[in-house]
Amino acid sequence: MKAALRPGDAAFANVEKVNAELFTLTYGAVVRQLLTDHEDVDDVNKQLDSMGYNIGIRLIDEFLAKSNSAKCADFRETADVIAKVGFKMFLGVSPTVANWSPDGKECSLLMDDNPLVDFVELPDTCQGLSYCSILCGVLRGALEMISMRTEVRIVKDMLKGDDVYEIRMRLIETVPEELPYKDDE
Amino acid sequence: MSTIYNIFVINKSGGLIYYKDFGSIAKLDTNDSLRLASVWHSLHAISSQLSPVTGCTGIELLEADTFDLHCFQTATGTKFFVTGETGAAGVDLLLKSIYELYSDYVLKNPFYEVEMPIRVELWDLNLATLIRQRERTSTGK
Repeated sequence: MKAALRPGDAAFANVEKVNAELFTLTYGAVVRQLLTDHEDVDDVNKQLDSMGYNIGIRLIDEFLAKSNSAKCADFRETADVIAKVGFKMFLGVSPTVANWSPDGKECSLLMDDNPLVDFVELPDTCQGLSYCSILCGVLRGALEMISMRTEVRIVKDMLKGDDVYEIRMRLIETVPEELPYKDDE
Repeated sequence: MSTIYNIFVINKSGGLIYYKDFGSIAKLDTNDSLRLASVWHSLHAISSQLSPVTGCTGIELLEADTFDLHCFQTATGTKFFVTGETGAAGVDLLLKSIYELYSDYVLKNPFYEVEMPIRVELWDLNLATLIRQRERTSTGK
């Protein structure tokens, strides 16, 4: 357990930091602006997810460049590395991986501490808002770039009264890394 | 004199998205750089399929009489490769540093479109600095 924690700390030490409050408030401002622009809360959720996706497809390269992590053998190892190294590197927290499905293709990331929501209370008008759905997008985008198609959603949200954040990840398929990637183009 | 001659970056579909030469040796014109990049992409792909070793990820080093070609392919399929003096040391570390610069200055530029040719000034500057530093430390010894 200890040995697996160490690469996360090393990677965390390697990346540039910004003030956590600035980060939280900036994200808040983004969500707020989306709510103004879109009115419908579901649209905002979708928008956040797609923004996350676009971040994820780029962020994965920074992760690979700076974390020095080796290729993962299976999805279990991938989830472990995401929690211990990925989250630590970019958010400064390490969620726990739990609730594995028997086939090893579905698991949850449990987070007690989420820097995105430090000052947030959901008003009655935004109860449908999935405030952190950007994280789902990031995970989906990042994994897709390393040939794993996944479905990621938030099932428990502390802003909605749950006791923990739970992000559910399901591996849909592993796209084989066959070359050339796009034969017909 | 530089121990690194050229730097290439190819995207996952095999298109050359960045080329730069250093020093005066082995300057390539646009057509030659594109040709070398596509040939390398194909060779790399073929080599990983022909290799008797399972899980082979393609050629990493090609040694010629007059130069060495070092290649690094990332898990996302982007390839970075440099040509340099024969026997130049520490090139694999250089390639890693180039990857870090790419993730910082290219991918974080909101106006850069993924998989498209790289025209980013900060990346050019930092890449030049990296190569300069390398030459300084290697000649200092």
